[in-house]
Parts: sequence; C-alpha cells; structure tokens
Amino acid sequence: MAVMTVLEAVRTALGEALDADARTFILGEDVETGGVFRATEGLKARFPGRLIDTPLAESSIVGVSIGAAHYGMRPIAEIQFADFIHSAFDQFVSEASRWSYRTRGESSLPMVVRTPWGGGVHGGQHHSQSIEAYYTHLPGLKVVAPSFPADYRSLLRASVDDPNPVLFLEHKRTYRLIRQEIDGAAAETVIGRSRVTRRGGDLTIYAYGLMLHESLAAAESLSAEGIECTVVDLLTLLPLDVETILETARNTGKVLIVHEDTLTGGFGGEIAALIAEHAFEYLDAPVRRLAAPDIPAMPYAHAMEAFFMPDRDKIATAARELAAY
Amino acid sequence: MSASATRQRPAAANGVTPEQMETFLHQMMLIRRFEEKAGEMYTKGKIHGFLHLYTGQEACAVGSINVLEERDHIFTHYRDHGHALARGLDPNRVMAELYGKADGVSGGRGGSMHLYDVSKNFHGGYAIVAGHLPLAVGMALATEMRREDAVTMCIFGDGSVAEGEFHESLNLAALWKTPVVFFCENNLYGMGVPLKESLSANIATLAKAYKMPAATINGMDVIEVYREMKKAVAHARKGGGPYFIEAMTYRYRAHSMSDPELYRSKSEIAEYRKRDAIERLKKAMLDSGALDETRYRELEAQVEREVDEAVEFAERSPQPALSTLYDKVYVEAGQ
Repeated sequence: MAVMTVLEAVRTALGEALDADARTFILGEDVETGGVFRATEGLKARFPGRLIDTPLAESSIVGVSIGAAHYGMRPIAEIQFADFIHSAFDQFVSEASRWSYRTRGESSLPMVVRTPWGGGVHGGQHHSQSIEAYYTHLPGLKVVAPSFPADYRSLLRASVDDPNPVLFLEHKRTYRLIRQEIDGAAAETVIGRSRVTRRGGDLTIYAYGLMLHESLAAAESLSAEGIECTVVDLLTLLPLDVETILETARNTGKVLIVHEDTLTGGFGGEIAALIAEHAFEYLDAPVRRLAAPDIPAMPYAHAMEAFFMPDRDKIATAARELAAY
Repeated sequence: MSASATRQRPAAANGVTPEQMETFLHQMMLIRRFEEKAGEMYTKGKIHGFLHLYTGQEACAVGSINVLEERDHIFTHYRDHGHALARGLDPNRVMAELYGKADGVSGGRGGSMHLYDVSKNFHGGYAIVAGHLPLAVGMALATEMRREDAVTMCIFGDGSVAEGEFHESLNLAALWKTPVVFFCENNLYGMGVPLKESLSANIATLAKAYKMPAATINGMDVIEVYREMKKAVAHARKGGGPYFIEAMTYRYRAHSMSDPELYRSKSEIAEYRKRDAIERLKKAMLDSGALDETRYRELEAQVEREVDEAVEFAERSPQPALSTLYDKVYVEAGQ
C-alpha cells in the first residue's frame, strides 16, 4: 500500500496509460517539462516522443485531439487551467460531443481533456473557475470529476480507455491536499457510477471535488450532534448515475446539493430537478442547494474568496436547518 | 501558364492526359448539374434548411481532389457537395442526404453541410467556419504518428482566414511539419461581405508568414488547379510539411438559397460566368481534338441520367426511423 496525493494518482494513471497503449500521447502547454502543477513530471523521460508541447492555442489543442482520436490515436490533452478552456468550447460543443452521433457510430473519439478546476487557491477570476455546468449540457460528452486519489487513478485510466470524449476535471485545491492509501492494482471505479461514501438516515448530501471532502467533514461533525448524513460522491457528472441519486433521496427524504460553482444554472439544478421529478413523494423537506453566490467571478481577496466558497461550516449549517425542518 | 499554351498542346504541355481531361470535364459537369437540380428540388420543397450551392467553383474540387490517392484524407467546409462528388461519393447517397433520407451518406443526420463517408476518407463537411482546420492538423499528426504515407487536404473558404483557428492551425502544421495541404477557395465574399472589407491582409502572404510555400492560382482553370495541387501533395508527401493554395474562384449562386444577393451586381456575376471553368476546359479539349461535339453531348446525357437517378433514389429512400433517434449518442466500449 502506498499513500498517494491526487496529483500523484493522476501522474501514476498517465504513466500507466502511456505504458499500456502505444496509441496514447499527451499534448498541452508545458507538458514536456511537467506542467504548471507537475502532473506530467518525469513522463517525457520515460516515454520519449509521447509528450508534445503546444503553443497557447486551447481551441486547437482540443481540435487536434479530435482529429487524432478520429484516426485511431488516443490523445490525452491538458488544458493548463479550466479557466482557459472556454476558447475550445466550440470544439466540445460543435464537434467532439456529436462525433459519434453524426457518424452514426462509424467513428468515435477516444480522447481525454484533463484540466484543473476550482477555487480556494487565491487564483482570482481567471484561475478558480468551475466549468462543469457548461459541459454537462452536451450529450455525447462524458464529464468526470473525482474526489479521492484512488478514483482519480481508476477513472483517468477508464477515461483513456473509453471510446468517447471525456472531460476530466481535477480539483486543483485537492492536488496536494488529499491523500489516500492506494494498493498496487488500479481500482475499479466505473464512469457513470457515483458512490455512497457515507450512510446516514437524516439527509443526503451530493457533492464532487473539493466540496465532497468538505461535505464529509461536515457530516463528521454533524454526527457528533446526532445528525446522520448520507454523502454521495457523484464522480461522473455526465452521464449521471440517476439511480443512486434517486435511491439515496428516497431513503433519507431530505437532500442537500453542494457545489462551489455559482447557484443559478449550476449543476445542482439538474440534481434538484431529477429528485423533484422522480422522488417528490418521498421528500420531507424542500430540496436545498448550497452553492457560490451569483457574482461574476471568484474574488482574489482572502475574506472575499472564503465568502464565495462553500465550506464545511456552511454545509453543516445548511444541513442542520434541513434536518430540523 | 497562359491559356493559349493550354489550348495548343494540352497533353504535352500540362502533364494531363486526354483521358484525365475527360474525367475532369465529366466531374465538373456532374457537379454543375447536380447543384442545379438540388436548387430546383429546394424550391420544390424537397430539400430544406440551408443549401449552399457550388456552381462556379467546380474546378477547385475537381482539379485538387483528383490529385489525392485513396489513402489521403479530406476535411472540408459546408459548401461540400462538389468535394464529395469529386471524391467519388455516390451521387445517389449525397442527394439522399440533402433530402434527409435514411440512405444518405450521413443517414439523414447531417444534411447538405455535413456529408461524410469514412470509406472514402471523406471526413466531413463542417459548418463552423475554420473549426475543422485543427481537426485536419490532428488527422495529419495521427498519420505521421502511425507512419502512414498519407496527405490530409483541408478545404476552407476565404471567410475562414479571419478566424483564430486558421492562424492556430497554420502555426501548428508548420511547427510540426504535418503533411497538410491547406486549400483556400477564395470566392471573394464571406457571405455578403466582400473580402476586402473583412481582411486587412493578403491570404497567401499570411500563409507564407507561417513559413510554408503558398501559391495564389486561378481556381477557375481546372488544369492550373491540378498542376498546383500536384506540387502541393508531392511537397507534403515527401516530408516538406504543409503547403498552402489560394484558389481564386467565384460562386454563381447566392451564398445560400435564402440570400437576396444585395452585395454584388448582375454584371459582376456575368463577368465571372465568362471565365467559366467548364467552358474553358471544353474549349481547350475541342481545340486540341481531345473532345468532339458528339462526345460532349454523350457526357451531357450521362450527367443528366446520373442526376435524375440520384433524385429518384433520394425520393425512394425512406425517412430515417424515429426509433434510431437515440442511437450512437455514445459509442459502446469495445466497438
């Protein structure tokens, strides 16, 4: 058993993927020298010619990956910060997500775009964004957002092996923060399945990324007060594990959806709508969402960033209110 | 090369055999008639949406695509019927796609702007202007990684040149020396805006700035297009990296069927029609004895039959079954 950080799990999975399949290669800005967060550190020496530094041209990093994946390669693209991915949005929307559909499955895109997302690092407005809500609106794309190192490893491997395009979201605050013991074999987490990380009868909290860890911390402290929470690690945002979401909602009758993206139009709205549509009769309280306030950008100043980000205290407060309803 | 030299000694002077010239003539006539018929069927309500006709530009597709080998690849823009036919896609299935029928080359999911036939290495028409340029570079990168002796042709219009992905793609292709032939069909208008009002640079000069060979040619002379494309493909195939062709051409019809054409005069269109590529090749072949009026009439009749058959095929083809609507949103693993 080895203890790995999120970052080490990502790096391990990348090495394993390059080792397992000669068609895989990595492209992106600064990837040859290890990248901003060091996710690709050491890989160039181990896999000569399999890492390609690109210019700052995000749209074409994704576009080139599409062309190469269409012709039998397995590109793993890195977009240095999720905030930079927007110029490539068109390639996701107009090409990648509909590739299989347009070609009636005659062609597929076994490609992964990895990108560090999320706040809590004093990155300010262009290095802190949550981008998932834009991409979960694209049938044909898969969007994966793990929380624990073992899942980062297994889901990144699964993403590389998947014949469909995958947007793989890595929460940058957790890169070196979250550690976990990982055994020798790759874990078996499957794309499209969420996990009940903790079981409790009073309410269910749904979260992903850093917020999953904050939710678990909140659940721990609430347990001492006698409030028992189920916590669901969503893991894959698209396609969504509707079954697990509805089952846990029905079991606890009260639900709290947490994300650090802003509230309006955020991904939580989709989970709320699913529960309202399909588990309404099981609910004992209104569906509750806890998200960042609807302001245009995460501010840089420490106190303002802290106000923007949901955290364990805010989650515990919301959960207490919900439990008392 | 001057036009008069072409007329005097076609086979010897331009490296094109009389048989090839007849192929070019037939393909251009087929595209012309196919497009006229498509326009007719649009006005009859058989074809819907946005239809962009290629008449006037036939020499670009025919002169260039005939240089490619089967193993080479094509990405193109949304005015793509001519490219598909020049590549040898079945006219019946192309027309069926325009009709939105099940036997269409994209099963009715694509329509006019999204023709696709992977068996012909025809990777699609794309209607996000310049969005397919990085895809073509990625394709060429893949053929290099797979050590395949293939060239990727990427066709786009002058309107693409102002888009960011044009510059990103030329830069990447030149940096990585990928075997791409960038083929710009400059028909002088980005929909209704004259190029001179939307671009502050010369297109071929921009390509040269990215350190690749670039030529501006007469895109209404199929022989000239063919000769330049031969150079381009040879350059890319021998590892020389990308090559850029700007083919000056003109579309006879409006941008699409819904364009009232307020931005250009009838006299301008008439002027360009005098330079018609089909008439030019026909005259050269008649003058050189590579063609006579009887054979020309035979070709006309053949093209008429082919287009009529395409329409009949499209009419007969069933609508795509609604039960297939959800098919292939994702590809299953192991497929």
